[in-house]
Amino acid sequence: MKSNFEKMWDSFRLPIFAVILGFVVGAICIIIAGSNPLVAYAALFQGSLGSVTSFGETLYKMTPIIFTGLSVALAFRCGLFNIGAEGQYIAGSIVSIATGWIFKDMPGIILIPMILIMGIIAGGIWGGIAGYLKARFGVHEVITTIMLNYIALHTSNYLVRTVLNPETLIPGSVREAFTVPIPEQAKLLKLNEILPQFTYSSAHVGIFIAIAAAIFIYFLLFKTTVGYEIRSVGFSPDAAEYGGISKEKNTILAMFIAGGLSGLAGAVQVTGLIYSVNQVAMMPGYGFTGISVALVGVSHPLGVLASGLLFGILDNGSRQMQLAGIPKEITGIIQAVILIFIAGELIVKFISERRKKELKDIKTKEVE
Amino acid sequence: MAEGAIVIAVLASAIRLATPLILAALGGVFSERSGVVNIGLEGIMIIGAFFAVLFTHITGNPWLGVVAAMIFGILAASILAVLAINLRGNQIIAGVAINLLAISLSAFLLELIWKRSGATPSVPHALTTNPKALEFLEKIPVLGDLFSKFTPFVYIAFILVGVTYYILFKTPLGLRIRAVGEHPRAAETVGISVYKIRWLCVLISGLLAGLAGASLSIGTISLFREGMIAGQGFIALAAMIFGKWHPVGAMFACLFFGLTSAIQILAQTIGIKWAPEFLLMIPYVATIVALVGVVGKAVAPASDGLPYEKGEK
Repeated sequence: MKSNFEKMWDSFRLPIFAVILGFVVGAICIIIAGSNPLVAYAALFQGSLGSVTSFGETLYKMTPIIFTGLSVALAFRCGLFNIGAEGQYIAGSIVSIATGWIFKDMPGIILIPMILIMGIIAGGIWGGIAGYLKARFGVHEVITTIMLNYIALHTSNYLVRTVLNPETLIPGSVREAFTVPIPEQAKLLKLNEILPQFTYSSAHVGIFIAIAAAIFIYFLLFKTTVGYEIRSVGFSPDAAEYGGISKEKNTILAMFIAGGLSGLAGAVQVTGLIYSVNQVAMMPGYGFTGISVALVGVSHPLGVLASGLLFGILDNGSRQMQLAGIPKEITGIIQAVILIFIAGELIVKFISERRKKELKDIKTKEVE
Repeated sequence: MAEGAIVIAVLASAIRLATPLILAALGGVFSERSGVVNIGLEGIMIIGAFFAVLFTHITGNPWLGVVAAMIFGILAASILAVLAINLRGNQIIAGVAINLLAISLSAFLLELIWKRSGATPSVPHALTTNPKALEFLEKIPVLGDLFSKFTPFVYIAFILVGVTYYILFKTPLGLRIRAVGEHPRAAETVGISVYKIRWLCVLISGLLAGLAGASLSIGTISLFREGMIAGQGFIALAAMIFGKWHPVGAMFACLFFGLTSAIQILAQTIGIKWAPEFLLMIPYVATIVALVGVVGKAVAPASDGLPYEKGEK
């Protein structure tokens, strides 16, 4: 029997090795760029964890990617690859704006939960469409979610330009490249209003919602029948079906919940940080980072929290690195390399197996 | 503008916009026909676009830029090949990784080489006009105006559609590729090396996507700008599916998608009042509709996306 620790080590070994290798390759790039990797990484961590304020910046960068990470992770648990977190995020954020505008006279205590729930529903429907198309027509979710991402992007741009534009809604204003803002009372509390040490950092209580979501998903996945069914379908769809668990129902449900989490990312981002939605040409990127977050967090809700912190550090610390004269793109390269090693699971297995063998050889020699 | 001139302008623009899509979609056709899903087309296009400009900048010869784009496209695709074929890794994750790597690497090198971020300066020698050797085409009445707006890449793309069709459906190699994509085990038992065929196809897809990238940078705007690919790799992927994994089908899909973008860009000139966002959305909606099977279902090669383990009998 393996001890609990060994089991945990087994599942976390891959991402830990991948992260280390990512930083090694990053260091090589930094050397190529003519800088000292130690200086660069010191700046990276200094800039993201060095003070309460910079930690606050890391916290708000972590917030959306924890949600999207959970979203991708939950879909993984059902055997689905949710590349659509981007689009679900967009759906959640634009619907949040609309909700905020329609109910702008409500008090914050009602309005905030309402916006968050509408964000969840919007993202959930967006994810659910992919789930439905998979369950009903057998269309691969990777393709549909990619398509739905762009449909969401253009729909959102349309709404920003027309329906939700200040020009349309507020008499006497001109056309802008962004929507009307959410009402003042719908804004989430900033952490610096509780703890002045956070000074100018934009961290907001959204991070606590993210942590709560992670704990909720943990319980949902591992302590409820719903989660058990989702995981069974992910583990072996046919066996689950044989055991009376509907593959179709759980595919749709998992994509709905996954979409809901990404939609919530959008709602929290709107109420906590950006307050209005811009017309954009490119994907916001939280969904793709969410894939990395989920993979490094071994698709475990608590692992997602930890890897969310890592990617928050990478994102936030890159600015400090830039100031130290090191191109901030290094962090993107590190992230890509981590993914490459995770995709090539066998490389990491190979390296660690060999180390194990070496250790074993040493031990046997000692015995001799 | 006279009506005839408008039609020519829209057509020329549609064909030019379709060109990079066709090249990348053909890459997708090769890769997926052999059983490897290539989500990394987008990233490989970024790599191609960047290195085309870099090598044109260094050598002063845009054709060397084109060659460089293809070589670096192949290199980028080889990451996918190692991960997806030899290591039997997750092809989707590998593709996402390539996309991410391409964005960061190109921005990193841009800063390293030109000491600036955002965009490279424009290269003086680009391939944005109709090649001199083909200038006689411009003398054809009516259609001549169309040819005058083409770039060398346009001709290359359409020739490659024919070449791809010929290879896939008229040669023993093509038969092997399709066999490997449909039923690798059966292919292996008759002596076809699944790994070799898949490697070849993934590398060809890298070459073509790299070329697609070059057609966007030195073939369109004479420079490389961060974010310039803007999802076109994914549209190419969509076109490949919409064209039912067939080179000619993919070409028509790309032309259709190119036409929707051309109409969107020229909407004001033509006098169309549709919201541009909805025109931009057409490729994606069309692809989902095609997959759902309202008009003849699009079905992927049977072993598309599945890793293959050699010798497991």
